[in-house]
Amino acid sequence: MNLITVFLAIAVITILLIPFLQAKGKGVVLLTAIVLNAFLSGYLAIESLSEELSAFAFSGSLVTGPVNIRIDALAGWFILIINFVFITGGFYGLFYMKTYRNQTNNLSLHSIAFVLLHTALVSLCVIQNSIVFLVAWEIMAFSAFLLVIFEHEKMATLRAGWNYLIQSHVSIVFLMIGFIWVAFKTGSYDFIAITAYTSANQGAPGLLLFLCFFVAFAIKAGFVPFHTWLPYAHPAAPAHVSGIMSGVIIKIGIFGILRMITLIKVDFYTIGLIILIFSVISGLYGVMLAIVQHNLKKLLAYHSIENIGIIGMGIGIGCIGIGNGNAWLASLGFAGALFHTLNHALFKSLLFFTAGNVYQATHTLHIEHLGGLIKKMPQTALLFLIAAIAICGIPPFNGFISEFIIYNGFYHWMKDGLVGPLMTIIFSVLALVLIGGLAMLCFTKAFGIVFLGNPRQKFHHEVKEVPAMQLLPLYLIAFLIISIGVIPQIFLNALALPVNLLAGFSVNAGLPFQDQITGILQPLNWGIWIFILIILATFVIRKFAMQNRKVVVNTTWGCGYVQPTVKIQYTASSFVRAYSKLFRPILMTSKTEKEVEGIFPTGGMYETHIYDRIEKYFIDNPIAAYKAFLGRFLFLQNGRLQFYILYGIIFIVSIICIPYFYDQIVLFFEFIKQI
Amino acid sequence: MLSLILIIIAASFFTGIIIRVKSLASGRKGPGVFQPLKDVSRLFKKGVVYSETTSFVFQIAPTIYFSSVVMAMLVVPFGQSKGIISFNGDFIFFAYVLALGKFFSIISAMDTGSSFEGMGASREALYSMFAEPAFFILMGSLALLTGHTSFQEMFAALHIGSYISYALAILGAFVLMMVAMVENSRMPIDDPKTHLELTMVHEVMILDNSGFDLGLILTAGYLKFALYGALVVNLFIGVFPYQYSIPMFFVIQLVLASGVGLIESFMARFRMSHNAQFIFVLTSVSLLIFFGVLLILGKFA
Repeated sequence: MNLITVFLAIAVITILLIPFLQAKGKGVVLLTAIVLNAFLSGYLAIESLSEELSAFAFSGSLVTGPVNIRIDALAGWFILIINFVFITGGFYGLFYMKTYRNQTNNLSLHSIAFVLLHTALVSLCVIQNSIVFLVAWEIMAFSAFLLVIFEHEKMATLRAGWNYLIQSHVSIVFLMIGFIWVAFKTGSYDFIAITAYTSANQGAPGLLLFLCFFVAFAIKAGFVPFHTWLPYAHPAAPAHVSGIMSGVIIKIGIFGILRMITLIKVDFYTIGLIILIFSVISGLYGVMLAIVQHNLKKLLAYHSIENIGIIGMGIGIGCIGIGNGNAWLASLGFAGALFHTLNHALFKSLLFFTAGNVYQATHTLHIEHLGGLIKKMPQTALLFLIAAIAICGIPPFNGFISEFIIYNGFYHWMKDGLVGPLMTIIFSVLALVLIGGLAMLCFTKAFGIVFLGNPRQKFHHEVKEVPAMQLLPLYLIAFLIISIGVIPQIFLNALALPVNLLAGFSVNAGLPFQDQITGILQPLNWGIWIFILIILATFVIRKFAMQNRKVVVNTTWGCGYVQPTVKIQYTASSFVRAYSKLFRPILMTSKTEKEVEGIFPTGGMYETHIYDRIEKYFIDNPIAAYKAFLGRFLFLQNGRLQFYILYGIIFIVSIICIPYFYDQIVLFFEFIKQI
Repeated sequence: MLSLILIIIAASFFTGIIIRVKSLASGRKGPGVFQPLKDVSRLFKKGVVYSETTSFVFQIAPTIYFSSVVMAMLVVPFGQSKGIISFNGDFIFFAYVLALGKFFSIISAMDTGSSFEGMGASREALYSMFAEPAFFILMGSLALLTGHTSFQEMFAALHIGSYISYALAILGAFVLMMVAMVENSRMPIDDPKTHLELTMVHEVMILDNSGFDLGLILTAGYLKFALYGALVVNLFIGVFPYQYSIPMFFVIQLVLASGVGLIESFMARFRMSHNAQFIFVLTSVSLLIFFGVLLILGKFA
């Protein structure tokens, strides 16, 4: 019995056990299983990050051929991220799901799907056989679907789930095409066949194959324009599932792309440019739409698209580095991408969990209805603030480190020196800077409106902080966010092997990455420490200076107006009004308003709805056209039995007749040929 | 180290000179050059009034804002002499550290729950977002021109030789100065002496700050001006020895300060709704610099 069998056995036993337990027991068993499996897989993953490649071979079945399991450094890195987010998410979920304790059956399904998802995600990282990979992929997609539709009595949730399920299957179609293509040409389902095939067929086939896989994985990762499922699925799911979806499920798409980079041998320069273009568009488009969202979780979902864009930029630079034979550039790009994957998993899951806290306390996620929560939920507010600063890529938190590496990649690429690349660089840098600025606009809005000021609405229930145990995993994530920001070296050392693998060095060829990245980050680190010291010093001075000062508490200055109501506060829409006016050509806002008129004005109203322009042109319009086309055949399904019998008869007759007529036609042509 | 001292000295008179120039231009005598310092030191001695709406964010924000400016000062070099810390890509650090300060000043404005301060916060967030690309492209162009990616190495390697590079240096100075105007909320983006809260940007964000905190914010503002002034100076002094460059530093800072004063005396603020477009134009100017660099390096050939 090896570790893999134990891993699968734990999952199976848990799944069998869950239906027979009480609600509380389900949660405990689920978490135990996740933790056990996380330690098992984590053990192998950590080993793989320190130069030991663990590989297992199973004989497989007649259909699949031998199944190889290989835990290389890339898989190790992702497994660790998956495990961390699942443990914190599972722990958080225990408390988040308390409200739903009476829905026993629903909870069983949810818990089973949760374990399945974890098992499938970890397996996806290590499986080296395309058929088994597809099976695991399907399990992953389907169990995620089950998790999303937990509140299936709501129509919107179901629709979001279906949307996700359908788009996942579009992704699977592309994956299948890719795998079948390779299997058809080489006769093997092993991943090595992909390398063999593409190194034998350089040029167009390799490129096309890569694009096929790229589209498949891009749908999962949420690159624009394949992102449209994401803003629906994330808000519909329970908070811990949203955190996991954004933290790791979309990252499996990134993993897929990276895995294919290690397998497929093509012209990486072109690939890099393609990925870079997609990423820049994703990054900008994601954050542009995020700003105008009214639903807190939807806002966060669009930010996932933005961050996928940033990760993609790293991957793009990495590919270009491979293509140019510039190992250091490749290392910088991939290091930035992998590191940002970790960072995004951390701060985005934290943001979703805190959004879950807000939802639990207020039962709404509509930003305009919230406000002043920092007084009722100070800890949640603080955690959200940390994550918000981190996601904007501002020091001293983790987001800055990975963005700094990516910036370094761009500026290093500049030494390349041709006009074409230089223009690409300058516009990508422009995009990255704009993304940072827009993210800041977005999160000052989100934090400012939701947590600061006065409550905009009276709730009929008490709004209070969630229990301390529920905050525990959140503090753990926040701790990691801060420690990565302050001492990134430890985490970057773990990155050395995955980066070498991607950038194409052999393990034993020395590790240029480790020394150089330390060389780049050490002074930055000093800077960050000095910065923290300055902040602390200023605090101390302030504290000292304020010791004997008079502190008065009074109302906010209202320019002489002494009876302010909460309604005069700035709203989220007004905060971003100037922005949405400027970006009107890109955004799609429909608005209904009734102005306040007359001497004794009656109630006016103003309502805006945001829609995704790409979704309209890329998804809705084609589907509408398709439906219109199929609508032409609607007369066939007229509900009359006689017609259906007629169809049956026509079918039977044609089955019998077509071969006969075929023979006749063939005969006829031969006759003509003879003439 | 040298740059730090010089910036602090320049900061002590920069704002005073602006005010003095404005007074003279409008035919008044005006306060002394060091009046802003006296104002700040008075504020430091005062008690504070907090709004009952505010939370801890409002109390920590001024400190962090001030610290971010101080940190940014440590990165800026002076010609050949490095800043206190200097490394590859320090200009990225510079911009992002300032962004932390901005983040906090924006949310502290929103913490008061005042509609006026929300308005200012919204504008500040939008403008600083548009100003940053110009700075990054300018620095990118310099990095391309010199082949270095730290402030000090870039500025030290700047040799003003051909006509194009003169044009570039002037354009660069223009971009930096306009970024400084945006960052400090001065004319033509914002009018610090306006009397209507609706038309302010920065001033309206700090309506509720008082005492020590307000002192910190004002000091940070003075320092920030001198900071950007120092960056502009750095564009020109690259290779000069100290006996020329230090006087040059003060002369350029003086010219900049009186320039700002004159602009504020004789110009009206831009329409608020056109500000964003105007700021984004800076990005195209910096793109122009980038193309100029490509020309110098002969990349188009």
